[in-house]
Amino acid sequence: MGTIEQNILKEVAGLDALPVGAYNIRTNGASSARNTTANIDIITKEDKPGIDIKIKPGTKNESVHIPVVVSQAGLKDMVYNDFFVGEGADVTIVAGCGIHSCGDADSGHDGIHTFFVGRDAKVRYIEKHYGEGDADATGKRLMNPTTIVHLEKGAQMVMETSQISGIDDTLRVTEADLADGAKLEIHDSIMTTGEQNADAVFTADLNGEDCSCNIVSRTVAKGHSKQHYTSTLNGNNRCAGHTECDSIIMDNAYVLATPQLSAATTEASLIHEAAIGKIAGEQLIKLMTLGLTEEEAEEQIISGFLK
Amino acid sequence: MLELQNISYETEDGKLILDNINAKIEDHFVVITGPNGSGKSTLAKVIAGILKPTQGKILFNGEDITDWTITERANGGISYAFQQPVRFKGLTVKDLMSLAAGKEAGINDLCDLLSEVGLCAKDYIDRDLDGSLSGGELKRIEIAMAFARNSDLTLFDEPEAGIDLWSFQKLIRVFEKMVAINDGNILIISHQERILDIADKVLYLKDGQVAKYDTKDKVLPEIMGASAGACKVLTEKMKED
Repeated sequence: MGTIEQNILKEVAGLDALPVGAYNIRTNGASSARNTTANIDIITKEDKPGIDIKIKPGTKNESVHIPVVVSQAGLKDMVYNDFFVGEGADVTIVAGCGIHSCGDADSGHDGIHTFFVGRDAKVRYIEKHYGEGDADATGKRLMNPTTIVHLEKGAQMVMETSQISGIDDTLRVTEADLADGAKLEIHDSIMTTGEQNADAVFTADLNGEDCSCNIVSRTVAKGHSKQHYTSTLNGNNRCAGHTECDSIIMDNAYVLATPQLSAATTEASLIHEAAIGKIAGEQLIKLMTLGLTEEEAEEQIISGFLK
Repeated sequence: MLELQNISYETEDGKLILDNINAKIEDHFVVITGPNGSGKSTLAKVIAGILKPTQGKILFNGEDITDWTITERANGGISYAFQQPVRFKGLTVKDLMSLAAGKEAGINDLCDLLSEVGLCAKDYIDRDLDGSLSGGELKRIEIAMAFARNSDLTLFDEPEAGIDLWSFQKLIRVFEKMVAINDGNILIISHQERILDIADKVLYLKDGQVAKYDTKDKVLPEIMGASAGACKVLTEKMKED
């Protein structure tokens, strides 16, 4: 693996060396390193590109890293990864994709991740998307991740997803269904710059009794970039749902936030919040009175906001 | 030492808020007081560089700082504790305290600083400086930030407002400690008698002008006397309160 690939791995998965535990590193459309453990198996799919990650019931405190690196110009990588998390397991899954573009052709990665989270299992899922490129590269970096989450009774999942820089065009789709007592928490951060475009669509079907879902999205739109965020919570049972989209808009950017709620029962309790605004002048002034320049203050506010 | 020479500030729509202010801030504790709308907060903002005076000069430690930016003034030794603390989504108490202190603040530093304002660091260190904190908590953190910076000159705009159960005595102790450590000047905007009590000098601002600037013994009786001509019903009501 070259320095470009190593750098991308560091950006998307925080990896300096091969991780501890199970992992599968996919480089330019093929698996380049893999490790399984007694409790976590990774199997290459035979009918389509991708892997099945099977986590045995009761597996505790283990992690799976499945980063993807695309460094070949013109490569359009498509992958299906299915996660089967056994009953009562408690694991951390780190996914992420980085694209380094070096030519004129567009490079892309489309991933469909499907989670089957068993009864009372807990998953922490961290996903980071990142793009970089040579100064003279004109090829666009494209990424269209789809995440489908099925939470069985009492299952819990926390998703921390982010796309902070370098992706020119993205459609991020997240769909979830929750059974009795299941809990889903999503923290999503996006920053777009230049001419970038980002669409994010979240849908959660709160089907089970006493299930709950909280989606918090923070976005920053700079330059001429465009963002469209849609979040839909469907309350089909006694449940609690909250969705919040908060955006900082700068320069000549465009942000559209469309939170939606639907309730099929009087027992559903659903809340949505959406806010779009520029950085408050008083926030800049406060940080400047602490000795920061206006640019430094802006940087602090944005990095805190997206944290 | 701060010197204001012929400072005036007029709003864009032509309203004169500060009208030819002249004053030297040489003492440790100077309290600016005056009726609502007399220009106190505007004056603080002019000193901090947030507003540009339409006329006049500001000298700080002998240097003309009239054209300095907010950042230059902050780095040159002026701090400003806001009347209404600013909220930040995603920035923690630790982040802000570190920026104020000019270095990454560890738990021990934070404990030292926050305990001065009656807060326990471990309860606050990772909390966002946002709507999850009460107005009183934010205000105390605002004061702790000024304490952490401990500049040559610190402006406090109504520091007592909203500090709930935390006592005045402790707030005053913070001011005294700052002076003991740094030998600097503290300029406090306040209406509170107990804060006026610690003033070496009181600057009484009225209609954007310095109506009186002297020791508190000379200024206070005059201010109290000034309400003599006020509405009797109102004066009686205020006494009852």
